[in-house]
Amino acid sequence: MLNNQGRPTGVDGAKNVGSATGFATYTGSRGLSQVEGLIYEIGDVKRTGVDFPEVEDFESCLGGMERKEEIGLVGLSEPETMRHYTRLSRKNYAIDLGLYPLGSCTMKHNPRINEKVARIPGLSDVHPLQPISTTQGALDLIDTLAHWLKTLTGMPAVAMSPKAGAHGELCGLMAIRAALEAKGDARSIVLAPESAHGTNPATAALCGYKVKPIPATADGRVDLAAMKEALGPDVAAIMVTNPNTCGLFEREIIEIADAVHAIGGYFYCDGANFNAIVGKVRPGDLGVDAMHINLHKTFSTPHGGGGPGAGPVVLSEALAPYAPIPYVLAGEESFELVEHDVVGGKSFGRMTAFHGQMGMCIRALAYMMSHGADGLAKIAEDSVLNANYVLASLKDVMSASYDGPCMHEALFDDRFLKDTGVSTLDFSKAMIDEGYHPMTMYFPLVVHGAMLIEPTESESKGSVDQFIGMMRHLVKAAKEGETERFLGAPYNAPLKRLDETAAARNPILRWRKTEEE
Amino acid sequence: MRYLPLSSDDRAEMLDKIGVKEIDDLFVDVPPHALLKGLLDLPLHMTEMEVEQNFEAFAAKNVSAGSGPFFVGAGAYRHYVPSSVDYQLQRGEFLTAYTPYQPEISQGTLQTLYEFQTQVAQITGMDVANASMYDGSTACGEAALMARRITRKNKVIVSGNLHPQYIDVVKNATKHTDGIVIVSETTVNKPENLLDQVDADTSCVIVQYPDFFGNINDYTALADALHEQKKILVIVTTEIVALGAIKSPGEMGADIVVGEGQSIGNGLNYGGPYVGLFATRQKYVRQLPGRLCGETTDADGKRGYVLTLSTREQHIRREKATSNICTNAGLCTLAFTIHMTLLGEVGYRQMAKINHAGAVKLAGKLKEVDGVELLNSTFFNEFTVRLNKNAAEVVEALVEHDVIAGLPVSRLYPNNPDFANDLIIAVTETTSEDDMDILVSELNEVLSC
Repeated sequence: MLNNQGRPTGVDGAKNVGSATGFATYTGSRGLSQVEGLIYEIGDVKRTGVDFPEVEDFESCLGGMERKEEIGLVGLSEPETMRHYTRLSRKNYAIDLGLYPLGSCTMKHNPRINEKVARIPGLSDVHPLQPISTTQGALDLIDTLAHWLKTLTGMPAVAMSPKAGAHGELCGLMAIRAALEAKGDARSIVLAPESAHGTNPATAALCGYKVKPIPATADGRVDLAAMKEALGPDVAAIMVTNPNTCGLFEREIIEIADAVHAIGGYFYCDGANFNAIVGKVRPGDLGVDAMHINLHKTFSTPHGGGGPGAGPVVLSEALAPYAPIPYVLAGEESFELVEHDVVGGKSFGRMTAFHGQMGMCIRALAYMMSHGADGLAKIAEDSVLNANYVLASLKDVMSASYDGPCMHEALFDDRFLKDTGVSTLDFSKAMIDEGYHPMTMYFPLVVHGAMLIEPTESESKGSVDQFIGMMRHLVKAAKEGETERFLGAPYNAPLKRLDETAAARNPILRWRKTEEE
Repeated sequence: MRYLPLSSDDRAEMLDKIGVKEIDDLFVDVPPHALLKGLLDLPLHMTEMEVEQNFEAFAAKNVSAGSGPFFVGAGAYRHYVPSSVDYQLQRGEFLTAYTPYQPEISQGTLQTLYEFQTQVAQITGMDVANASMYDGSTACGEAALMARRITRKNKVIVSGNLHPQYIDVVKNATKHTDGIVIVSETTVNKPENLLDQVDADTSCVIVQYPDFFGNINDYTALADALHEQKKILVIVTTEIVALGAIKSPGEMGADIVVGEGQSIGNGLNYGGPYVGLFATRQKYVRQLPGRLCGETTDADGKRGYVLTLSTREQHIRREKATSNICTNAGLCTLAFTIHMTLLGEVGYRQMAKINHAGAVKLAGKLKEVDGVELLNSTFFNEFTVRLNKNAAEVVEALVEHDVIAGLPVSRLYPNNPDFANDLIIAVTETTSEDDMDILVSELNEVLSC
């Protein structure tokens, strides 16, 4: 069936075949696998799912700016809305459905008590600009979370307003830049290893720095000699992820910190992989000057299909005075919210309106309190244990990029697929047919056809064993020449492989009533 | 610990398989002195019930907006969100999914983003919208950066009536890449001459609509004049419900529209998470920051959705990316889309009408109060009044009577004595006539003594 734009719709296109039973269905749906059109194909501009009272006539104060033309928004009644989004939800993979081995993403269990407390009206129904005397609980909560983060990282200060990890990186680099500028020495270069997340160089550029990449050693770590070579009076900072994106702890982390400090630069640590060391190692003991913490990774605030995140940044004594506004000050009897820099203050400015991702702070603090000091260290241990168990159980059939022990994620490359005609992408898509979300693919860039597996501490041994069994099964199939299983995969997902090239060549980014693009 | 499934037997068996004796053997790469020997000085684990009690205690020290008459807006608004929205958000398939990088098993999130992008483009009157930014203020910073990329000019002219915290974000976002930000004078209700400040080095002008003080200005002439000089007009809307009643920024000729979408589907949450809306003209698509969802087909020719144009983004383009942003507001966009779908055009417009009618009613009542002067001649659901007393002190006095009367402008402009008596008051569909009458009578009392 074609929609009114003449395109094949979710209501089956030309090839309504290929199921186990082989015959086409009238609806395109197959049992519980249901097709679902867009709201624009189901609803109309006259329908609504909300009842409002009528409004008595009144004299408008819009100054003649009334919106007269139809907007084109379609509505659905409430039952239609519920069905539409419930049907759509069933086309998503989720942690609640299975192991989610995305390396560097830390897809762990999202406890529902965190959701419950975030919805207590005294926390959720509070306006960011209502009088400070009426938000003492909110400020207490932010201050309490700050205390946990400082204690866990061994750092003296934390900026709570950054809205996500990359926003936290920007906050950290801006604090570094402000500290250097205060000495009249802004500098122009930031070093970042080749294995860095793309956000590191993108953030450095936004902060006005040129990025100089540092190569990795054969054992997957920062090349200290090359790094020292690159250091000079114009280097503002080095950005190092630790544990790094190969899933390894940087053994020479202290030497890296010392070397950058020796030239008057700062050490920015990308805290994306903090889950591996929380409660076991304090970044403050490693010479770190600034580090963001992805609350949606280590502290389990839901990923929600791509956000919202939160990225508080812990800061050293040297950088703390430059932290952004606003911040909370704990007084003798009450909490104060500082929204404007004090006279002669050094704050580098404001990163966002209001005070940051409060809703995420609530969830993260609930998660921390649930675990406590004892449970948090166990998170690190179990996540590292699960990853090493995967590494030990797969390294005889897959090609591990580096010898263990790894931290919370295990990195493989595509050498084991040599001569099979199967790529990392094909292998990943075949995992979908087995009911799994693929691991992180083609990242980090330092090995060929990377497969980065992070099981997290949320998985039972039985769950990890089944994952290992599945992986071994697929490796065997690939090596035995069952290429069709891989090249056409996924066969069992709601859709087959999607044409991403066509999407980028001719971008269709919205629905339109008539073909206009 | 209830979240950790491994038993001690499991752990022993797994260590054995790995070939090490104890867990700390897996941490051998950590410098020995840095590996903690004991527990950190933090509370031990708590039961679920204890956790909840802790948060009830925090909540008890706040005054929730719904507990009495409440009139604060200024960039975040208290609206009613239908129950079915939150039910959907809490479905594990939405809540616990990652970014849809594997489209074959992420069509739920992707199709929702496509619907979201369409709704945002329609509301703003623009061609295309992205899959959202962190919030309105950071989206505003990104708009300034995008305008500079398009025009290859450094200067940004900002209306003095843009939300002051947004102004600060724009300054901060552009300052390390040779950005120059000129802020026009802030006046509650005098017309600004922004065009006079535009010169050869100017990339864009940023205005708010309705503005920070609630005024509704027509920017059509400004757009035309800027386009003649090949400059970009950025229009910011912090109360997205307004666009159900007033002309869209697209109709006025905006090149980039930035919005705070919190009003639809999302609660106040003490400032976040919110949802940044970002829309533009088709010709600027490749300069957009952030995620984009696009339509395509699968191997069988069936329609599907993918994240697209990722060569703009940091994970591919690294230091040459259009932005360093790596997330969108995921669940908050879902909330926005579901709420907007429930509303439809009919509901959205009616919601806007109720908001405006309420504000008109309250403005009428306040005009009768001695010591209150309405400063706006136009407004949507928010306006500014000048009191005969210090506004911050009046607000504090009314807190004692369980009324939160609005935002004293001095909270955001502490060093400008001109604003000391000014109060911004917002009305939404959650404001009852009783609430208004209580405010009026409280103000009558406090302003007359």
